Amino acid sequence: MNVTSSILSVRDLGMSFGGVKAVDGLSLSVERGAIHGLIGPNGAGKTTTFNVISGYYTPSEGEVLFQGDRISGLPMYEVARRGVVRTFQHSTLFAEMTVLENALVGTHLAHRPKLAAAVAGLDKRDRNAALEKARAALDYFGLLSTADSRAGDLSHGHQRALGLAVAMASGPEVLLLDEPFTGMNPEETRTMMGLMEKLRDSGRTILIVEHDMRAIMGLCDRITVMNFGKLLTHGRPHEIRSHPEVISAYLGSARNVA
Amino acid sequence: MPSQLTRAGLWLLLICMLLAVPHGLSFSQQEILVFLTINVLVVTSYRLLALTGEWSLGHVVIMGVGAYASALASKELGIAVPVAMITGALTAALVAFGLSYPLFRMKGFYFLIGSFAAGEIIRLLWKRFRDPFGGPKGIKKIEPMPDFDIVIWRFDFFEPVSYYYFCLVVVGLSLWIMWRIEKSPLGLTFHAIHWQDKLAESAGINVRAYKTLAFVIASGFSGLAGALLAHYIGTINPNSFDLEQMVFVLTWTIVGGTATFFGPILGCAALVILNEIVLREFGFEQGRPLIYGFVLILSVLFLPRGLEGLLQDFTGALRGRGRQGSRQ
Repeated sequence: MNVTSSILSVRDLGMSFGGVKAVDGLSLSVERGAIHGLIGPNGAGKTTTFNVISGYYTPSEGEVLFQGDRISGLPMYEVARRGVVRTFQHSTLFAEMTVLENALVGTHLAHRPKLAAAVAGLDKRDRNAALEKARAALDYFGLLSTADSRAGDLSHGHQRALGLAVAMASGPEVLLLDEPFTGMNPEETRTMMGLMEKLRDSGRTILIVEHDMRAIMGLCDRITVMNFGKLLTHGRPHEIRSHPEVISAYLGSARNVA
Repeated sequence: MPSQLTRAGLWLLLICMLLAVPHGLSFSQQEILVFLTINVLVVTSYRLLALTGEWSLGHVVIMGVGAYASALASKELGIAVPVAMITGALTAALVAFGLSYPLFRMKGFYFLIGSFAAGEIIRLLWKRFRDPFGGPKGIKKIEPMPDFDIVIWRFDFFEPVSYYYFCLVVVGLSLWIMWRIEKSPLGLTFHAIHWQDKLAESAGINVRAYKTLAFVIASGFSGLAGALLAHYIGTINPNSFDLEQMVFVLTWTIVGGTATFFGPILGCAALVILNEIVLREFGFEQGRPLIYGFVLILSVLFLPRGLEGLLQDFTGALRGRGRQGSRQ
């Protein structure tokens, strides 16, 4: 594998909870500008891996490197500051705030609020720039017309798109998406896939965790498959689709079927 | 949307009313007005911390820290009273900063209990150390605000009216600052932390640092309120800042509602007027905790959005717009 093109890499990652090893000796490498899928059956350790990469957990073993720097063990906000921003499963949003306010929170990194300037009213330029950036992020995901509605009142698909817009507003290098297709109808799934391709084409790197294989196969450039906390295999979608071990992990092996 | 002119007119009217209020009142009612003004600062600063979703039971003790620090600064160190008051506010902010380190390792219910414990420790320190805190009897004969003249008005600070005007300026300025903070990106950050702290963190917000900032600012203003109180009543002791006072602050805030800036102020004013004017008229002021408990239960049951919700419905109906959306 070409090491220079990898933007995010995981080395010998281990994560145990008490005596349970959720992730065991996992290594993977995400290429710059690719959509990378992390898949596996339920309980394979995908979400744990994801939580370690985003800084939610500190790994028991191994490390996560972003552009050559170690980011594992850093708090989540620090990982975000470096340029790796995650989204959450389901519709995790600031439901009581307006759509625009949600996106404005996303601009926090570029325009940190300053106390004295805010009281004296000297932060007009920062505020306008943040507003512009938030509106641009909403426009990108086709949400600008809903800017003044309460985020919790949006449809499911729009809420998901808003989750992406909040993450995008912070201008990340790498987007980590946690099960972005869960609970979506085929139409919403198609729209979401289009958005992700658009994001990749704008130069972002995307890592998706998903246990639904169909959406992943059509979208990803590279796929890593996990099973029982370990790396099963990795490769291009057509290699994964026909890989006998992947099929048996998902469907059960011939022995078990009987 | 009221025009710029009508808005300015309404503010002018409010200021005139606030200036005129004490002249229709008796001496004891004027004193209550002074306390009410100080308490408005206490509840408003309390809400600033509540914006981040954390509720503290130590806010009144922090107010006491400001009162003690200001009293000692003027009495022991001979610092001029206005400067001593600022010293008190800064001390309260500094103590809050120190407390934030252990306290913000917890959140929600645990933070609530932790803040109560921290407050009690501070109160016990006041009781235990006769020097310089005066032990259980506290500090007496605190320097009053020195008199001064502005053109024709002589500010004699034994007169409640004079002290009321002084408080009005200080509290008004503090409220303006807190209003500006809430309406700024900083306020948005506090709201974001309240609604989804994990999502806020993933957007790069250092949640603990911003909670600490809210706590320190809120405590500074609370300390300032304490200082205003100390130099007016002239004597403070550990029991002036006990849990009972804290429960009053909580009741004002909850009954008023915390969704808007004006909610807690409304709650504070309504309950103080209920208590001091109505109950005192009937000679029933000893029943304050009883009445407060009753009002609290009634408002939780029938006014879950607080008095501010009632007011919003009312003004909404007046404007013919129907209900305004609420944050709660």
